[in-house]
Amino acid sequence: MEFIKNGKRIDKRLPNELRPIKFEVGALERADGSCYVEHGGNKVMAAVYGPRAVHPRHMQEANRAIIRYRYNMASFSVEERRRPGPDRRSIEISKVSREAIDPVIIKEFYPRSTIDVFVEILQADAGTRSAGINAASVALADAGVPMRGLIASCAVGKVDDTVVLDLVKEEDNFGQADMPVAMDVRTGEISLLQMDGHFTLEEFEEALQLGKEGCTTIAEMQREALVQKYQGEGHE
Amino acid sequence: MKKQEMMDKTIVVPGDLLSNEAARAAEGTYVEDEKVYALIYGLLDSRDRIRVIPLSGKYLPVVGDIVIGLVTDISFSNWKIDISSPYEALMHISEYPRRIDSSEMSKIMGVGDLAIFKVIDVDKSMKVELAPKEGQLRVLRSGRIIEVSYTKVPRVIGRAGSMISLLKSKLDVNIFVGKNGRIWINGKAEDEELAIKVIKRIEREAHTSGLTDRITTFLEEEKHGVY
Repeated sequence: MEFIKNGKRIDKRLPNELRPIKFEVGALERADGSCYVEHGGNKVMAAVYGPRAVHPRHMQEANRAIIRYRYNMASFSVEERRRPGPDRRSIEISKVSREAIDPVIIKEFYPRSTIDVFVEILQADAGTRSAGINAASVALADAGVPMRGLIASCAVGKVDDTVVLDLVKEEDNFGQADMPVAMDVRTGEISLLQMDGHFTLEEFEEALQLGKEGCTTIAEMQREALVQKYQGEGHE
Repeated sequence: MKKQEMMDKTIVVPGDLLSNEAARAAEGTYVEDEKVYALIYGLLDSRDRIRVIPLSGKYLPVVGDIVIGLVTDISFSNWKIDISSPYEALMHISEYPRRIDSSEMSKIMGVGDLAIFKVIDVDKSMKVELAPKEGQLRVLRSGRIIEVSYTKVPRVIGRAGSMISLLKSKLDVNIFVGKNGRIWINGKAEDEELAIKVIKRIEREAHTSGLTDRITTFLEEEKHGVY
């Protein structure tokens, strides 16, 4: 399969170009905070509840809030029907995504409580964990959760021996490498870094740099979406 | 909403750099390397000290707050009270103005009753203790209760109580606003209805300026529409 023709990728993007991304803050009425994200072909809804009382009680911590994160793919989110419910993959993604957003949250303000994050993948097209983290981060801010900064995430990879940003499904499935990155953009600290496939050391460094730039761009979109929620509302 | 109305209110998100003057940092901010950053998503107020006014979030009880609580359970010597917070509150039997027996508790205040309380203690693990407001237990037996986000309470009350005074002067209702965002409205049915409509609008537009004027006009229009 040929991925790059005349410097353009299969969806006409440049190697360092993100897919179109749209954030909608406060998409759900019932949740304390929510965010709907369209990232290329991905459609993701994140809902945040809490801080609230912990059930079951034995999970609670005496001096801080706990964070629970559930990543879930809808059965209709992929081409072939996916069996509903958690599987090995989504349990792992839930864990790493929780750890990706955890470092910025000030948990000490809410002892004995939980902050629950639900991420539902409605339509998948590679990079769902990143889209989920981006949505979750905005939903947390929308819920009024105290945080040191916003977490942004995107994937980088390798196709036709070229390092590319933000893979689409074909590039992810048949490419040479896929590496999701999540970062606290304020400090540049990386909170998620996984890799599937092979990079040379030079490629890895190039990819990481590209991933960081992608996160910075996404963080600006997250910020803009949050600001627009209150400035865009026309009442009169 | 017109653009200039928003000019004095800047919306900030967590991690935004607000200032280099660490000494001016107040609520909703944090300091790192002598720089002040936003801790929460909200409105920036940097007139005096630098603080971020929340637009959402959960109510955390503070000693001295007056709240409207809902009795959820009665144990041997405590009423368990929901104060629309992540934390449940307790009122001990001994806080009741006169000495009563455990068996009388549900007669005084039963499950499902609402009353006005004062927060008298909050410990490190967020164990919350309540007492009746001003030593006299006021169980709310008539009127209606609505809930708004606790972050909107200052706007519902208005500067020096102006918004509440406005509502009380135009409508035949009694209003009490708890710090936790529960609001008790008691009066004529149509006036209660209108008061709720107005408060819901204040909640929706809490982040805009020129709100009192708009609400005054709205109230006039609605009143003439009703009668």
